[in-house]
Amino acid sequence: MLNLTARRVGELGTTAIILANLMACRDLVIIPSTTRSSAARSLTPMNISPKHLITLLLAGAMFFPGRAFAQEAPDVLIKRVSEEVLAIAKADKQFQAGNQERIMEVVRAKVLPHVNFQRMTQLTAGRYWRDATPEQQIALTNEFKALLIYTYAGAVAQIRNQTLEFKPLRAAPDDAEVEVRTAVLQSRGEPIQLNYRLEKGPNGWKIVDVNILGAWLVQTYRNSFAAEIQKGGMDGLIKTLAERNKQLSASPPKPVIKN
Amino acid sequence: MISLNMVCRRAAVMLCLWLGACATPMAERSDPRDPYENLNRKVFTVNQVFDQILLKPVAKGYSNYVPDFIQTTVGNFFGNLADVWTAVNNFLQGKPREGMQDTGRVAVNTVFGVAGLADVATKLGIPKHQEDFGQTLGVWGVKPGPYVMLPLFGPSTLRDAVAKPLDLYVDPVNLASSADVEFSLRAMRLVDDRARLLPTTDMIEKVALDPYQFVRDAHFQQRDARVRDAQSDR
Repeated sequence: MLNLTARRVGELGTTAIILANLMACRDLVIIPSTTRSSAARSLTPMNISPKHLITLLLAGAMFFPGRAFAQEAPDVLIKRVSEEVLAIAKADKQFQAGNQERIMEVVRAKVLPHVNFQRMTQLTAGRYWRDATPEQQIALTNEFKALLIYTYAGAVAQIRNQTLEFKPLRAAPDDAEVEVRTAVLQSRGEPIQLNYRLEKGPNGWKIVDVNILGAWLVQTYRNSFAAEIQKGGMDGLIKTLAERNKQLSASPPKPVIKN
Repeated sequence: MISLNMVCRRAAVMLCLWLGACATPMAERSDPRDPYENLNRKVFTVNQVFDQILLKPVAKGYSNYVPDFIQTTVGNFFGNLADVWTAVNNFLQGKPREGMQDTGRVAVNTVFGVAGLADVATKLGIPKHQEDFGQTLGVWGVKPGPYVMLPLFGPSTLRDAVAKPLDLYVDPVNLASSADVEFSLRAMRLVDDRARLLPTTDMIEKVALDPYQFVRDAHFQQRDARVRDAQSDR
């Protein structure tokens, strides 16, 4: 039994490295051909440079969106994911240059597996959620999810030399809902408070709400949702969100040259 | 007699219908915390226009072209001035530990940070806070009251708007040697503050379905969190 597990893990590891190589090569396509060939050579297992090792690790991690850690404690989960994203944001040149695709890739791989968007949307829609058809619920969740991903991608694209502070978790061991409190420390000014509300589900802890500088995302969007629904019904809200997402995908966020 | 009765009844029915017609859209739109929404929205629009045509472009230029270390220095200088009033408010709010930290910050930064140009205190690990008299009133139990969109100053509530003149009165910038210096300092601080908000406002512009509502709902929560920080940070 143990042997089998170990072998499986080994297989997965090999697959990951192969896939990571592919990913790394794809990442390097934009680099001039001379650099590329040397980079390709350096990817042989014998001489992996630290830079490529990071790429390898990152790319490899994408194929394990945290499932192995499904039962980790909520504060441990937030700490791990935050630190991973921060490390990429600081090391990855494409990420820093505001490459929308690259940022989205990281967000999808690192963050999305730990967010319960359906629950988040349900909380935001409040009493209107029950009146919506299952199709409307799915459409609303998808559009809200897309909007939030753009928001998040825009925020992480601003990361430069910030560090994170993790506050002690205040929760009972059997709590099914907890708030994990963190703060983003900047080179100047007050720390930015960044808290997460997580709910325990069959697949481990999932983020259902985020608090930035004291304002909860769900609560901040709740009135806007209600206003749109009263104006044009649930379909009106879905349409408004879809239009907004279309605009956002047409004009990716520009990088801010700061700090 | 009968006809008068009829007229009254008809008038009552009409009145009900009219009130109903008026009340429905009002009820849909209005938030109990924002009874002056119509006026506030107008002020918000004017603020937005002022920001778009003057303040934001200047802040963008400052952010993109002024070297980082100068921006940091400017931010540190005004941050040090702000720490004085923050210290007073922390003491007034019954938070001596924070008040001492702020006092220590001002002392360290003024002496070793060359009049606050360098933020030595943060490097030494003394945390920065931001407190104003509106928050102090909140800690003392004053409710925020209705939402008020102030011209130029932006989102506020009745409580904070009433407290604002005191914040402005004790502002160390008032001690400037001449009116020209004072104006320059105020302008510089305004641009520096605005520049720091650029990422936030750019994001709100993009993701908010109704920016007015988004800012209002976030503002209430943020002020509430700031007032409650005394309890939650322990």
